Amino acid sequence: MRFLASLLLVASVFLLWRGHNEPGGGFAGGLMAASAFVLHALALGPDGARRALRVSPLFLIATGLGIALLAALIGVMAGDPILTGHWVTLDTPGAENLKVGTPLLFDAGVYLVVVGVVLNIILPLMEDE
Amino acid sequence: MSGLVALPLVVMLASSVAALAFLRYPKIQEAIALTGMVALVGAAGWLLAETWDGEILVLQAGNWPAPFGITLVADLFASIMVMLAAIVGLAATMYSVGTIDADRERYGYYPLMNILVLGVCGAFLTGDLFNLYVWFEVLLVASFVIMALGGGRPQMEGALKYVALNLVSSVLFLSGVGLLYAATGTLNMADLSQRVAEAEADGYMTAVAMLFLTAFGIKAAMFPLFFWLPASYHTAPAPVAALFAGLLTKVGVYALIRVFTLIFTTDVGYTHTIILWLSVATMVTGVLGAVSHNDVKRILSFHIISQIGYMTLGLALFTPLALAGSIFYIGHHIIVKTNLFFIAGVIRRLGGSYELVHLGGLARSRPALAALFFIPAFSLSGIPPLSGFFAKFALVRAAAEEGEFVALAFVLGVGLLTLLSMTKIFVEAFLKPASGEAPAAPASPGFWHYAPIGGLAALTLVLGFAAEPFLSAATEAADQLMEPERYIAAVLGEPQ
Amino acid sequence: MELLLALTVGILYAAGLYLLLRRSLVKVIVGLALLTNGANLLIFTAAGLVRGRPPLVEAGENVPQAPFADPVPQALILTAIVIGFGLQAFAMALAYRVYRESGSEDVDSLRTTEDPSISLPKVEAAE
Repeated sequence: MRFLASLLLVASVFLLWRGHNEPGGGFAGGLMAASAFVLHALALGPDGARRALRVSPLFLIATGLGIALLAALIGVMAGDPILTGHWVTLDTPGAENLKVGTPLLFDAGVYLVVVGVVLNIILPLMEDE
Repeated sequence: MSGLVALPLVVMLASSVAALAFLRYPKIQEAIALTGMVALVGAAGWLLAETWDGEILVLQAGNWPAPFGITLVADLFASIMVMLAAIVGLAATMYSVGTIDADRERYGYYPLMNILVLGVCGAFLTGDLFNLYVWFEVLLVASFVIMALGGGRPQMEGALKYVALNLVSSVLFLSGVGLLYAATGTLNMADLSQRVAEAEADGYMTAVAMLFLTAFGIKAAMFPLFFWLPASYHTAPAPVAALFAGLLTKVGVYALIRVFTLIFTTDVGYTHTIILWLSVATMVTGVLGAVSHNDVKRILSFHIISQIGYMTLGLALFTPLALAGSIFYIGHHIIVKTNLFFIAGVIRRLGGSYELVHLGGLARSRPALAALFFIPAFSLSGIPPLSGFFAKFALVRAAAEEGEFVALAFVLGVGLLTLLSMTKIFVEAFLKPASGEAPAAPASPGFWHYAPIGGLAALTLVLGFAAEPFLSAATEAADQLMEPERYIAAVLGEPQ
Repeated sequence: MELLLALTVGILYAAGLYLLLRRSLVKVIVGLALLTNGANLLIFTAAGLVRGRPPLVEAGENVPQAPFADPVPQALILTAIVIGFGLQAFAMALAYRVYRESGSEDVDSLRTTEDPSISLPKVEAAE
């Protein structure tokens, strides 16, 4: 179980990462990460899942929205309209010409919001039994 | 300064995120929500100042050019609406600080209020039809949760009806968007305006227009789709009911006015005649419902419906004067109606009930409150020189000029019945001797109750006694609506 | 293919509306779900079908080769599905709470907010 949940989490981050140019993205990745925690909750109970998550789902929503807002505002600081994409090219060994941009940051925000929202819906329903 | 258009949205999103981060500390949440709303009033004021002389500000989000990306547009009408939303949001937040219980605060009441106002502002500012749908859903989700938050059985039932009807409305809206996209290949409202005008007049567009009329009609609580409103609004706590009553149905009216002045203007003889008679029916059924009830909040709920009729009547007459009347009416109504729901909350606090039978004697014990009630109540019925008079006067004159004398007669008759039911509340709750059933030591309302009530009453007086600049702004906004070419040119750039 | 999808849309709308008119709360919510998906399918169908040509840009090109499927309706539907998912989850949770509060899922018995003769409970902590 532990192995499966970790695998799902890794796969979800991979989905988030490749989302910009290929199918995938923050929403799909977020859903997958949420399903990892739901799996955890199904196996070990909602309390265990909350412990594994460490922070409250609402905190995840707040962080995600904040990150998305930040990504939207970076363009404004550079003098462009809101939400304009900006990219930095990183040259790290092993991955030359790695382009990291605000859309990825925005997607990371979406990822966190989706995890938070899904868990915030499902965990209380499971605890209600 | 086109980036200004997004400022209200950024402010609201930032304050809701900040409030959400401090979910466990209600005092900090209150401070953040109040700061956010004050900042929103500032941002809206700035936006209003920039658009006051008729300039239309346009922001292409993400720097994608107009018909392809999402456009945010602030013409004068949108700026006025954002300003009103900011004022009402601030007032409701102030009232909430004094009244909302700790349970609701822990479940995210303030962040939700901010997200609700965010959705409302987004709906006012967007220039893209699908984006309008998204903003609608943002504000609906927030309102659903606020509506259901921490309530007992009646509130749950009210919320359920509200949710179900609004979901149906969203589906109709979505279907309309899909059909419109299929026929025109665009979602940008300015672009749509041109494409729909070029489309063949074979009834397809009229059918789509009717889908939009039904969808927005549900949201605006027009006849015959208003039943969800009196079934749900009065179950929520006073500040929530006030915010909903003031703002939410008006978003539906705004969308109706926007869509039926910008996009669906090709078959005015058909669509706008339907709107005319629906407006009249809305006015009449609303006011009859109000007259037949004896519960302060229910009476006020039915009055919302009745007044929605006035606002859409201006759209139906489709002249600059009539639209100016509608816009002025919306402004007047949002301020007055929110205030009346606040006062209803205070009456409940003092008298222990919303039922008129159990109330009485408030004029003797609370003369200041009686005076504060008098202003919005009689403004609502259109007594000069309060703000409601000018709004109704513009509509009456427009109706007379258009020769719609039947509608005119209904406007005047409904005004009389409004006066009747306002007088009923005034006599029963304030003048009548106390019934003796009131709690012995009523929980006394404090600063957070009187400050928003007093502020809104003062605004009502200003709108009435110094109506001239506001009327001319409404006229300018209406002129912009009647000449969609200016909107289109601002969004798509000057025609080549 | 269009005809088949159009018929499906019609059936989804009809079934959704029929369920909306039932008295059982669960059926009402299932009806709403059907209606939402009907609307999504309507957007998909009405905007035109292109088979096997995803709007993907080949390596080294700047625009996809025509004919390709219109990406806008797909984006719209994706958004609408996400929103619909959230709203239906909320509606189900709410219906569940209503069932717990009132012990009934018959829409006809949920009339406490409309009948003036049934007065609302006096406890409203928030005012």
